[in-house]
Amino acid sequence: MLKVFWSVLHRDLLLAMRRRTDVLTTLFFFLIVVSLFPLGVGTETAVLRTLGPGVVWVAALLASMLALERLFAADFEDGTLEQLLLTDQPLVLLVLAKITAHWLLTGLPLVLMAPLVGMQYHLTDPAIGIMMAALLLGTPVLSLIGAIGAALTLGLRGGGILLSLLILPLYIPVLVYGAGAVELAAVELTATRPYLMLLAAFLLSSLILAPLASAAALRISIE
Amino acid sequence: MSSAWSKFASPSTFYPLAGRMIPVFWVLAAGSLLVGLYWGFFETPDQLGGSNAQKGYYRIIFLHVGAAWMSMWLYAVMVGWAAIGLVFNTRLSYMMANAIAPTGAIFTFLALWSGAFWGRPSWGTYWDWDPRLTSELILFFLYIGYIALHSAIDDARRADRAAALLAIVGLVMVPVIFWSINCPDPNQCAALHQRSGLGKVDGDILFAMLMTTLGFWMYAFATTLMRVRTIILTREAQTTWAAETIQAEVRS
Repeated sequence: MLKVFWSVLHRDLLLAMRRRTDVLTTLFFFLIVVSLFPLGVGTETAVLRTLGPGVVWVAALLASMLALERLFAADFEDGTLEQLLLTDQPLVLLVLAKITAHWLLTGLPLVLMAPLVGMQYHLTDPAIGIMMAALLLGTPVLSLIGAIGAALTLGLRGGGILLSLLILPLYIPVLVYGAGAVELAAVELTATRPYLMLLAAFLLSSLILAPLASAAALRISIE
Repeated sequence: MSSAWSKFASPSTFYPLAGRMIPVFWVLAAGSLLVGLYWGFFETPDQLGGSNAQKGYYRIIFLHVGAAWMSMWLYAVMVGWAAIGLVFNTRLSYMMANAIAPTGAIFTFLALWSGAFWGRPSWGTYWDWDPRLTSELILFFLYIGYIALHSAIDDARRADRAAALLAIVGLVMVPVIFWSINCPDPNQCAALHQRSGLGKVDGDILFAMLMTTLGFWMYAFATTLMRVRTIILTREAQTTWAAETIQAEVRS
């Protein structure tokens, strides 16, 4: 079973490496959105420190969501997805492998880019550390929940806009606690513990439930 | 399932039954709304509270509270029908879920709209990021998402099942979303918890509020049944009974 997981993961990563621009576009989208805000609201340090956590998280939400469209779309178009559904391997595992690949390509780079963005917003070092931890826990949740929406909107006209309408409201808890943790980190570092615990709880519960829902959604979309 | 239930699970037998029930619900809706509004306008005190009294504008609650209750309850009912549809694979359940969604969205909008008009004189602002307001707004988005997904899919079977799954995912997420808005800082959740109870409400006001809510319920029944009848005819247009029904309706 683990072998199936690895082979799907390996295949998706390999495909992404062959089309590197797709991955890089998402990351640059994130950077551009984050860089635009100071130009719009002014570059005073105090303002940026207040806005920083929220802006970074909203940009992460959007970047992760934009990349979701590609999660199943290419495989759907060339028929691979249909073959995956026909195999006798558990679909939940295959979906989880694809979601993991999606997170490694869009979520993890955001975590690694966080210090860079934090410096743009004059965040303190502890705040940047908490931001990386929160992103590390939160971005997989975004990929997991988003996969349900991606599976439901598979092959629809205007799927991207529709996907944002379906998925963004469900991202709210991650946004609230993710941004909340970073905001608080500047004031009192120890108080951020419950925030990170909650994000971890979201991660664990969505890790169990979201692949099941995504697999069910895929079966509905392709039958 | 008992035979009576499965009998009316068929669109062709439910269609005439719904047609007979609609006028009843319209009468009940009009009756309870009239009683509720009369009581609300003429039998309730003109002022609420002591030093910081709310004047006549507080009467918006007779519409507002009912609409807010209905918006939440209808979402649960919608998910209930969607789940029944996924489990038993009954077409009519999906049609019911579809028919409820617009009414639910309208009540959500009405709750937000009336709340804004009440908020202006009492809070001095149309909108505030109060937990309840925000939750209601999110609920509105969930309704819109359901309707949008359903109308984006051309194949009726896929549309029904996909929207049903989305509604269920939404219901699972609703407590988490509401709680995260209600308690943005987990370090002091207990302090933020809001308290309100029906026991503290004046008897006349409570009566008027419950009557308008009952009226909204009956209105929701009537509109849902009307909409489900249209959906049934649209979906079943290729069958003989539906074609005959449509012809009979056109003639009369």
